[in-house]
Amino acid sequence: MTAIVIDPVRDQRADVYPVPLSRVINVELRKMFDTRSGFWLMASIVITALLTTIGTIAFAPETDLTYYTFAKAIGFPMTVVLPIIAILSITGEWSQRSGLTTFTLVPHRNRVIAAKAVSSVAVAIASMLFAFVIGAIGNLVGTAITGTEMVWDVSLAEGVNIVLGSLLCLLTGTMLGMLIRSSAGALVAYFVYSLLLPTVAGILASSQEWFRDLQPWVDLNYAQAALFEGTLTAEQWANVVVTASTWLVLPAILGLRLVMKSEVK
Amino acid sequence: MDTMGRSSVITIESLSKRYGASTVVDNISFVAPAGRVTGFLGPNGAGKSTSMRMMVGLTSPTPGSATISGRRFADLRNPGREVGVMLDASAQHAGRTGREILTIAQRMMGLPGRRVAEMLELVSLTETEANRRVGNYSLGMRQRLGIATALIGGPAVLILDEPANGLDPAGIRWMRDLLRGYADQGGTVLLSSHLLREIEVIADDIVMIGNGRIVCQGSKTQLLQSAGTIARAADMYALKRAFDTSGLPTTVSDDGALRTDADPTRVGRVAHEAGVALIELRTVDGGLEEMFLQLTADTQRERADTQRERKGA
Ligand SMILES: Nc1ncnc2c1ncn2[C@@H]1O[C@H](COP(=O)(O)OP(=O)(O)O)[C@@H](O)[C@H]1O
Ligand SMILES: [Mg+2]
Repeated sequence: MTAIVIDPVRDQRADVYPVPLSRVINVELRKMFDTRSGFWLMASIVITALLTTIGTIAFAPETDLTYYTFAKAIGFPMTVVLPIIAILSITGEWSQRSGLTTFTLVPHRNRVIAAKAVSSVAVAIASMLFAFVIGAIGNLVGTAITGTEMVWDVSLAEGVNIVLGSLLCLLTGTMLGMLIRSSAGALVAYFVYSLLLPTVAGILASSQEWFRDLQPWVDLNYAQAALFEGTLTAEQWANVVVTASTWLVLPAILGLRLVMKSEVK
Repeated sequence: MDTMGRSSVITIESLSKRYGASTVVDNISFVAPAGRVTGFLGPNGAGKSTSMRMMVGLTSPTPGSATISGRRFADLRNPGREVGVMLDASAQHAGRTGREILTIAQRMMGLPGRRVAEMLELVSLTETEANRRVGNYSLGMRQRLGIATALIGGPAVLILDEPANGLDPAGIRWMRDLLRGYADQGGTVLLSSHLLREIEVIADDIVMIGNGRIVCQGSKTQLLQSAGTIARAADMYALKRAFDTSGLPTTVSDDGALRTDADPTRVGRVAHEAGVALIELRTVDGGLEEMFLQLTADTQRERADTQRERKGA
């Protein structure tokens, strides 16, 4: 029995090549689906897309039955689920302690993180293409049922903006995963980030004059929301760049440093 | 052997780890040579796991270095193909099946898919067991899976932290045979344990560590070899006189018996010639066990002390 281990080994050893990044990406992509929680998170994207499509056909007023309504309804649950997938992909290495194996097979942790980010983005883009397709089907079927006119009111540029906005949500998850490195902690932080902060900012903006003008420049959620509402002005783009740099890029750099330095045990 | 055909060795040089004020690993140096099983022995909390994490780059040393055939772990091209590592068999995503965990490793290392089935067979995990989630595995099964993961890339070096933990005596025997065969074919094995018995059964060389420092190191035969004889008689004065007249230097051990460097044959003859009836005659082991027990006791006492201090504070 022992022979199985060693003999092939010696033959294989002549060809030890560096692990290409594409392989790390492939494996990390696989790891997003291969657990029960991962599987159901992915499945929930498909399930909620179908449910919201049916719900939109059933409950939306006939005049609102346009492609934009469908795309938005399907896209919203995704902006919630995708960041969770991105978070768990990173924090699992610490919370489930699988990092002990992962970071010994790939000692350069930035490569693992890069692979995770790339796979998360790939999953997000695939999900959103899926959403656009399901939305189109919903629009076709819905208008056929109600007998209303078909309206295709999402331009390519607007579609790209929606994808971009969703990717910002997703990468917020990636950033928080690196920064906090614990599943429970990062999930809580994410909900604070995406639910609590916008509410507080909203209250502040409605009660404080000075904050109203400042908000687009300091509130990532606010600036990012414009991406889901159509095309942006130059100033709105600047808002997105400034807030994303402050709330996404800077903490992500800090998070990456922590990932590189922290002990894996 | 590495790709160049040279032997792979693990070289630890002045490795230390400090957490704030406490030094957990204190300037340790040793070499784990190819073709031998090196046992890293020490009581719980001695710093074995910390040292091993530093060897594979999961913890950064402050300061010191660990190299595998002269290369830092991070510089290995495909680490899983060169060094098999198992630091904690339970550190796996509980929701993955055993087969999936092996498949992830197989893919990451770029190995043919058949290696997964080969490894499952090697560690005697059945099809059904392999398809179960590791959250439901016993510790012994996790250890087997961990060994399989470490071996799948066919590395020339193995670093295993407490691999015998949770194995039954048959499992420990299996592990010994596996590692023996592996070392006999030129592999380098470093394994840790907090149990002297396990190390005695499996290792060729022993590095003993306590409170982060190396206490002793050497080959098992050397460390366990006889270091004198203990003798006891009903009439201890007569025995002492017999030793003195034969020119055998003696010391009195804690329990009142006489201890000498001579071997038991000589001691028995001296007693016989002097007409002293012995009631006990045995060799003293190399002191390894005594030292280890001492170390363990010290550690436990220290722990109790700190606990008391904490309570008092
Ligand atoms: N982050 C830390 N801060 C302070 N002390 C630590 C830390 N991690 C481990 N230790 C201490 O280091 C010592 C050695 O631990 P470890 O290497 O796990 O020992 P072993 O594996 O030999 O049982 C223990 O006393 C532990 O309390
Ligand atoms: Mg340990």
